[in-house]
Amino acid sequence: MTQATRTASGSSLVGRPGRRRSERLAKAVLMAAAGLSIVISVGIVLSVLAESIMFLSQIELSQLSAPGWFPRRGMYDLATLFAGTLMITVIAMLLAGPAGLLAAIWLSEYAGLGTRNRIKPVLEILAGIPSVVLGFFALTWISPNVVKAIFPTASTFNFLAAGIGVGILTIPLVASVSEDAMRAVPRSLREASYGLGARRTTTVLRVVLPASVSGVVAAFILAISRTVGETMVVAVAAGATGGSLFTLNPLGPGQTLTAAMASLATGSDQVTGDSAAYLSLFFLGLLLFLVTLALNVVGDVFVRRTRQRY
Amino acid sequence: MTSTPPAPDGAPPAAVDGPAVSLRIDAATPLEPHATGSAEEQPVLAFRGVHFYYGSFRAVKDVTVDIHRNRITALIGPSGCGKSTLLRTINRMNDLIPHTRLEGQVLFHGENLYAPYVDPVEVRRRVGMVFQKPNPFPKSIYDNVAFGPRVTGMKGNLDDLVEASLRRAALWNEVKDKLKQSGLSLSGGQQQRLCIARAIATEPELILMDEPCSALDPRATLQIEDLMAELTERYTIVIVTHNMQQAARASDYTVFLNMAEDRAGYIVEQDETTRIFTNPANKMTEDYVSGRFG
Amino acid sequence: MSVSAVTTSSVQRSLRSGGRDWAGFVFEIVLLLSLLFALVTLFVLLADVLAKGLPVFAERGLDFLTSPLSSRPSQAGVAQGIIGTLIMAVLVPLFAFPVGVLTAVYLEEYAPDNRLTRLITVNIRNLAGVPSVVYGLLGLAVFVAAFAALGFGNGRNILAGALTLAVLVLPLVIITASEAIRAVPSTIREAGFGIGASHWQVVRTLILPSAAPGILTGMVLALSRALGETAPLILAGAVMGSFSTGGSLGEILTGPYTVLPIIVYDWARKPQADFRELTSAAIIVLLAVTLFANAIAILLRNRYVREW
Ligand SMILES: Nc1ncnc2c1ncn2[C@@H]1O[C@H](COP(=O)(O)OP(=O)(O)O)[C@@H](O)[C@H]1O
Ligand SMILES: [Mg+2]
Repeated sequence: MTQATRTASGSSLVGRPGRRRSERLAKAVLMAAAGLSIVISVGIVLSVLAESIMFLSQIELSQLSAPGWFPRRGMYDLATLFAGTLMITVIAMLLAGPAGLLAAIWLSEYAGLGTRNRIKPVLEILAGIPSVVLGFFALTWISPNVVKAIFPTASTFNFLAAGIGVGILTIPLVASVSEDAMRAVPRSLREASYGLGARRTTTVLRVVLPASVSGVVAAFILAISRTVGETMVVAVAAGATGGSLFTLNPLGPGQTLTAAMASLATGSDQVTGDSAAYLSLFFLGLLLFLVTLALNVVGDVFVRRTRQRY
Repeated sequence: MTSTPPAPDGAPPAAVDGPAVSLRIDAATPLEPHATGSAEEQPVLAFRGVHFYYGSFRAVKDVTVDIHRNRITALIGPSGCGKSTLLRTINRMNDLIPHTRLEGQVLFHGENLYAPYVDPVEVRRRVGMVFQKPNPFPKSIYDNVAFGPRVTGMKGNLDDLVEASLRRAALWNEVKDKLKQSGLSLSGGQQQRLCIARAIATEPELILMDEPCSALDPRATLQIEDLMAELTERYTIVIVTHNMQQAARASDYTVFLNMAEDRAGYIVEQDETTRIFTNPANKMTEDYVSGRFG
Repeated sequence: MSVSAVTTSSVQRSLRSGGRDWAGFVFEIVLLLSLLFALVTLFVLLADVLAKGLPVFAERGLDFLTSPLSSRPSQAGVAQGIIGTLIMAVLVPLFAFPVGVLTAVYLEEYAPDNRLTRLITVNIRNLAGVPSVVYGLLGLAVFVAAFAALGFGNGRNILAGALTLAVLVLPLVIITASEAIRAVPSTIREAGFGIGASHWQVVRTLILPSAAPGILTGMVLALSRALGETAPLILAGAVMGSFSTGGSLGEILTGPYTVLPIIVYDWARKPQADFRELTSAAIIVLLAVTLFANAIAILLRNRYVREW
């Protein structure tokens, strides 16, 4: 009650109610915006989940293991798609892993500041190239000039070319996350190594790399997640036709989780309505979401570990 | 001094609550500059049994101090004893740190700054602050000084106000031809005087300074000290300093804090500055001001 | 495999040999070559696209840019794609940037430091890692369905597409804006509060202007990303194959639409050799748009690295 009396008696410290109101308004608007991000993620999960459940209720579970992935014929073999995704990921990481990591070492440990500042933007430009463009490049340049040059029997559409394309797209990611981790290694560690008479190569391999291993692991995990989710390179270069038999042949065509989704939604093959084929789109989306989410969560743990260290 | 009511000096917190209302109304009458503060006059600011907590850690304990008008009060003590914390309770800057808590009362003209109805933003408009490192905004010199009047919606001629503030901060002659230049283009000492100009542009009664010279060279430090002496004509200043000479030279009243075993800061001794530095009552104070620890 | 072989042997040799560090020299060459690989690839890609695509411009000139889609290669052009991409360039920022920046301000400046806030932050990080094709499902199940339910034909219009892309880039906008806001020195914030600015005044007059270059960089990167996306729009109903464009703005916004990347995808799948050249020409237009945006972002960031 004293409070009311004091306020009424005109304390100068109360502040203008108008300003307090606009403060509250600003906060409310900002909170609403943040709430929207929650709504969106819940929206993704719910929209994908509901239709996935519908899909599973419409098919026999035995249809999930068939000789191949032919959604219009009721064959929903998941092994086919996972095998394709695995092949793309392995090929892409065999390329992007070493290339990205070694580039990162050079940028972090060997390049002068000026050189580094000039080269990083080029890598960023590579990262900014739309994936459909790399798909076209993989199909029309890598496939004939690299894959078929080495393996003449390879078909025009093949996993190898697509995987290389995805790998190229992923190099900048590996390079930049690894480089950040290496640059976070304190200079004192390097100086201690040099002080013991170690060469630069030894310092890099014995001191810097071990010290930044969490960050490098994070880079690889995030890159794997990226290759699993990459769609357009595979859809264009690996021959996303109506379906595919189970295959582990990197020189032949085939489908991945993502490419299967693109082809389900593409052009004249486009499926619509409540057919099981249409609903399978959402089921694949759910699988993809879960796989990449798991990878990202694990990758994030490693990223945070590097940040905490120093 | 005609309307000065009985001072609440030393009164226990419970007793303060009663006369507080009448004191506060009294304080609403316009202020005229006083020659010097005296012990009987009502303090501008009074700590009454203040404890301050960061989470469960008590950083300051049981502080009772009066800050008198137009005087410079120095807070001294070893690093980490809670000087900055105590200073920042005055303009409620600690409110910006989550999980902090204050017990006791901080009375501004007898009005408890921590009463539930008090708006911290309003408090900060009445109490200016100058920080350890000069921190001008990345804006022009003019906009730095005009920032306060603008956000507080002050009426009147802004150009005049900016000029007056820069003059009071003894910076006008150096910057009058380059008001559009970035505040960051100035030297360290100039930047700190710009920050002082920025703080006084909102015409606060009380100015808080947290080691304002620790980032400055000796020449710039002396300039700021001279400036502080001039500013006491209009303002009341509380300064945190780790520099004994500075406290001795520049302040009228000195509060010496130290850390207890539990790392909580408490007041060892407070008195007129001359007394603290020439004839302290406590051995610990003597050791500290003569540089034997801290 | 070659990597570890090179590295371990180089370590051993560098430890043993007392003379010139040949192993170290070789190691550095290997590092440089890996970096060069990425740069050379970029160069080959651009050269290949230009070699195949430029003749189309030489032959057809502006006609290629102003003609609508067609199944006949000699007449097909990318006008509708350019229009679609330009509309996206307006709509996506309109939908995504205000929400994204405000969310970042809330999270960095206002949100209490508690479990819910951390959950939201982690959630946004994870959203940024969700493959873009999954956002297409959201577009299909939510936006396309909503427009269809509201009576806009089959709901496959550019508004649904733009909303899909906006949601796709929203996490990127939030994350880059948050980082920019976090990078504003706390001394500026304190000075503002110390003078008696209210929280919103501190945000509006001090923090946002200081963070603006970083926020802007993130926005341009997000835009570049959105304009290059194909997969989500395949699902969210961009048209493949030719269609006639409506005249009025209302018809354009609610009728069938396409964008440059979709045209690239569509043409890349066509068997006729003529379409190879057309695809390259369309890629040139697409890259001109996205690389231009990217270059601006990089420039912005390098220019305003830090003022204080
Ligand atoms: N934001 C904070 N959170 C937790 N503890 C703090 C914070 N700021 C200061 N402290 C602690 O409070 C005590 C007093 O700090 P401070 O007031 O800065 O001392 P001084 O200014 O005298 O050096 C120290 O023990 C310090 O560690
Ligand atoms: Mg301090």
